[in-house]
Amino acid sequence: MSRGIADKVAVVGMGCTRFGELWDRSTDDLLVEAVGEALGSAGIFRDDVDAWWLGTLGSGQSGLTLSRPLGIEYKPVTRVENYCATGSESFRNACYAVASGAYDRVVAVGVEKLKDSGFSGLLRADPPADGTASELSVTAPAAFSLLDPAYCARHGVDPGDMRAAMTHVAWKNHVNGARNPKAQFRAEVSREKIESAPKVAGRLGVLDCSGVSDGAAAALVVRAEDAYDYTDRPVFVKALALAAGPMRGGMDPDYDFTSFPEVRHAARDAYAQAGITDPRRQLSLAEVHDCFTPTEVVLMEDLGFSDGGRAWRDVLEGHFDADGRLPVNVDGGLKSFGHPVGASGLRMLYEAWLQLRGDAGPRQLDDPRTALTHNLGGRPGGCVSFVSVVGREPGPC
Amino acid sequence: MSATSLGRVLAHGSHVPVQRLGADAGIRGRRVVASFDEDATTMAVAAARAALALAGPEASAAVPAAYLVTATPPYLDKTNASALHAALRLPASAFAGDVVGSPRSVFAALRAALATGGLVAAGDVRVGRPGSGDERTGADYGAALLLAPPGATVTADEVVADVLALGATTEELLDRWRLPSAPTAEVWEERFGFERYAALVRATAAEALRQAGIAAADHVVVTSPNAAVTKRARALLEGARPTPLGHAGATDPLLAVAAALDVATPGETVLVVSAADGCDAVVLRAGPALARRRPSAVAAQAEGGTEVRHTTYLAWRGLLERELPRRPEPDRPAAPASARAVAWKFGFVGAACTVCGFVHLPPVRVCRSCGATDAMAPVDAADLRGTVATSTVDRLAYSPSPPVVDVVVDLDGGGRCTLEVADADPATVGVGSRVDLVFRRLSTAGGVHNYFWKARVLPAAPTEEDA
Repeated sequence: MSRGIADKVAVVGMGCTRFGELWDRSTDDLLVEAVGEALGSAGIFRDDVDAWWLGTLGSGQSGLTLSRPLGIEYKPVTRVENYCATGSESFRNACYAVASGAYDRVVAVGVEKLKDSGFSGLLRADPPADGTASELSVTAPAAFSLLDPAYCARHGVDPGDMRAAMTHVAWKNHVNGARNPKAQFRAEVSREKIESAPKVAGRLGVLDCSGVSDGAAAALVVRAEDAYDYTDRPVFVKALALAAGPMRGGMDPDYDFTSFPEVRHAARDAYAQAGITDPRRQLSLAEVHDCFTPTEVVLMEDLGFSDGGRAWRDVLEGHFDADGRLPVNVDGGLKSFGHPVGASGLRMLYEAWLQLRGDAGPRQLDDPRTALTHNLGGRPGGCVSFVSVVGREPGPC
Repeated sequence: MSATSLGRVLAHGSHVPVQRLGADAGIRGRRVVASFDEDATTMAVAAARAALALAGPEASAAVPAAYLVTATPPYLDKTNASALHAALRLPASAFAGDVVGSPRSVFAALRAALATGGLVAAGDVRVGRPGSGDERTGADYGAALLLAPPGATVTADEVVADVLALGATTEELLDRWRLPSAPTAEVWEERFGFERYAALVRATAAEALRQAGIAAADHVVVTSPNAAVTKRARALLEGARPTPLGHAGATDPLLAVAAALDVATPGETVLVVSAADGCDAVVLRAGPALARRRPSAVAAQAEGGTEVRHTTYLAWRGLLERELPRRPEPDRPAAPASARAVAWKFGFVGAACTVCGFVHLPPVRVCRSCGATDAMAPVDAADLRGTVATSTVDRLAYSPSPPVVDVVVDLDGGGRCTLEVADADPATVGVGSRVDLVFRRLSTAGGVHNYFWKARVLPAAPTEEDA
């Protein structure tokens, strides 16, 4: 278990580009825009930053991917990659760099330019291999589609009810995204349209899948005691947790494809760091990794928002709607933003930042105090998962 | 009077693909076609597995040689039989070589196997231009015979058949030919070949029967790439029948033997005559083991099947170029990684933790369950059956024949892995489906065939064996 760094560091500036098919913007452009907005919001300049962490899955390699477009001169710039938790991983490492005392001001930035490849979905750059790994042939929607029948079988849920819950996730996230000027998709989508979309894998249609987009987001992290030097409304880091699984599920007949053990471990760790014992009551909002609609259903249980076997019903009853007891993906989620891998985790943090500061405009929740962000990278049976908790004030959540 | 045995057949097997080409290709009846993921090697492996399963593990472990016969080799310059050798988990000391080219290659391999013992396994994918005779009357399949080494101690009740005689005549003539670079063959006017072959068939059969010391055989099959010969089989030899499924190139004489053994009873004799660039004949007498060593029969496998659209079939064979999905093509398998993983990739050999028993597919060094390091024992999993834990239909995956059906399989006795489904009918795959494992070609990229195993759905009706 982690000791954690609760209330030792704070986010004092953030930036986030519009997400979408940004044919007119390069990776460099996205980095310049996201970092510029983050530094500008804190009133500091590039050369005030002591160290940088860049998260990208495949839009560049090494710290040079960031130092070149920004013209950063001879500072530590580290590129990290951790599948779909890449953006969150850059933030996590930036926080630790500040908490260690090594640096005063650190920027975490995440970027991904997916649309230039011309392909559908995410691309993998795998090392030379023997050609037998199922990850190579089974696409992500197919891997995540396994959750749906497995969940129904395990909990005795009528497939029609599960379909309705999956539809509700897509519908809710698009309703939320329609109120977000930075989202890729900014229109509500009817339940009928969601359910009649062309099938991709299993029961997943196109509208059960997150989109493919370009985007970048950045956060400026400083010591908590310095936070008010930059802004009167900092966001304090309560917990940072990461769990990488042994990938046992794909080999273990006892694994039933209805849960992500990695998410459960990361959540348990994060809640312990943040002193959260009742996430449903203590969290004001959650940004979770809704890569595919059944993922979000299952995550409600793994993150402790629903009892086992109840998430589908809680989803349908609107518990996670913007006006529900715990709003989930109030910014529109991956469903509305697409999933530029390196950027997504920081995009989630950006919504927490806006909400906790009261800057979320038409999406603004009533007096939120604590937010959770969550990513998972990989697939059911083996993934990495990230969970953070951030809050408006120092002290207990 | 009885001839001495030239060799003893311990088992036979065949593989008839499930795909059928039919009316939309202008074909009366149904032409057996290999699926997109089958080739000469995979079909020879399937037939050989059927034979080895009957002969038993001891016979498999003692196979001294394997001869892979085909006129449609997946590779040239690289031995195809080595993949068969790896897939069958034959001993490293066993010879494995290709005998490539024409129907006479079967007899070359048979003559070699009579000298050394071992496996003769054949497979062919017969490709004809759209509307051609080869497209209509060809066939794709595999067949195999396992022969005992000449000096080996074999009890009489282990013998499926004795090879009593081999006959041969040779004549150079241009009846059918194919340039090595061409996917489809050329044929001369078939009456020309028939005229030449008719006399050879009669003479060669008579000589083989004489050597075998019998006046006539109980089962007579005539095979030839020249359709006029097989059409008039009865006129050439009394009681003769053509090969059952259409001509499959080099594999055809071996399938003729396998199909005849399918229906023969112990003591009966079989004469197979093959007219191609001369004529070959083989005479066998069914032995006592044939009463129990019965593989899935050619005729039974030929029943049923799944109709494939003509355009889909042509795309499989590279005769029609289709729009590809907007996904990157698979990477070619890397040679060093494939070599390190040869037991897994080709033989489906996993690893069981000797401390806690957890089965790993693929093998790993550190146990995923108890964490023990380097405490693994190999698990031969290819012949196991399993149950589908969950499944999905993947419409996005790159495949010559979308959609791909993927299953998570829990194998009987432990172990789980995710596999593609071979010959998939999405409607028949679901949680609880019973499957076995088949050796197939996942993809071909960069000129490298990516061989690996797939799951095949077994018929739904539970058998006692499965209960």
